[in-house]
Amino acid sequence: MRLLTHNMLSSNIKGVTKGFPLKIEVEKVVEKQVEINHDFLRNIFPKIDWKAFSDAARTMGYVELPEQAPDPSVLESDLDFLTKFHHALLELHLEEGALVCPETGRKFPVNKGIPNMLLHEDEV
Amino acid sequence: MSYKIAQIRLVSSHPEVYEPCDDSFALVDALLSDRNNLLELKPMLCMEVGCGSGYVITSLMLMLGEEANGAQFIATDINHHAIKVTQETMEAHGVYAELINTDIASGLENRLAGSVDLLVVNPPYVPTPEDEVGREGIASAWAGGENGRSVIDKILPVAEKLLSKRGWLYMVTLTANNPSQICRQMMKKGYASKIVVQRSTVEESLHIIKFWKDNDIEADTNDVITNSKAVPLGIVDSVRSQIQRLSFWGSCDINTTTN
Repeated sequence: MRLLTHNMLSSNIKGVTKGFPLKIEVEKVVEKQVEINHDFLRNIFPKIDWKAFSDAARTMGYVELPEQAPDPSVLESDLDFLTKFHHALLELHLEEGALVCPETGRKFPVNKGIPNMLLHEDEV
Repeated sequence: MSYKIAQIRLVSSHPEVYEPCDDSFALVDALLSDRNNLLELKPMLCMEVGCGSGYVITSLMLMLGEEANGAQFIATDINHHAIKVTQETMEAHGVYAELINTDIASGLENRLAGSVDLLVVNPPYVPTPEDEVGREGIASAWAGGENGRSVIDKILPVAEKLLSKRGWLYMVTLTANNPSQICRQMMKKGYASKIVVQRSTVEESLHIIKFWKDNDIEADTNDVITNSKAVPLGIVDSVRSQIQRLSFWGSCDINTTTN
């Protein structure tokens, strides 16, 4: 699971109000290289919750991202930033671990890179 | 001109996972026939709900190829065997999508709302007793409840929520699902529709319908669709007449084979 997906997931348990961001419990992180695409990064940037993203990256052991959301102008000019943004968003994978609901503490397991968001009957 | 799609021999399988069949092929054909439009759309986030064997999402990624310009792909399935099979199918073809084991798009609906530019769905559309809906394993791939609409009717509001303003939805339906009614229902939410592929087999008559937000259609919660001469309704009427014609031919086929 990439951090892009982590940024798009929230706890879906009945009664939970926001359920975002899910805390990450890391057992294993893997890196898979993919080609950088500046257009995608520029387009996706406004949709990213930066605080959740940079915290998640830190939890995964990547500390190169600014804590505060940078000014969007860096997307036009700062190649170093784009490279780091790309790496954290699309190349870091939570291979084994869990996503934890911030309100209930319920754990959603992540095995072989796949988050399991299925709920039990009493959670729907 | 032919484009790359998933190869059947490289599609993984499992006894509890629906194998690519006529409906999967029809959906991929619909996407292929619209490929140039899809490239023009330049989707940023593409998603499949209910990826099953992975045949459709893999084909979509292959046909868009490098021209997808960095588009990212997400696929969900309620069946964990299907997720695993999709993962294997994608690996065999050298493509990658994020996979999530979830019911429709549960967990993604809030943060992904209004962000999906391309959504493809081959829902469980087979009419079955209602109590067969939501069972584990392969039944989740086909059991559609009354008129095959139980799961479709759950997916449509989710699709509306997820789709971006310029987003497109491609969905497989059966005549028994009453596709023209689905189109009318979506029109009330501001979506135009057209049949991209229609195909009759002895067993079923399939329609792949494409939905897109049309600014000329005012989303309206009141049931005001009475004037068949209104412009947006013309679209539904054309869909309806296509469907009726198709079911006519479909029933003819069945008659000739059974008599």
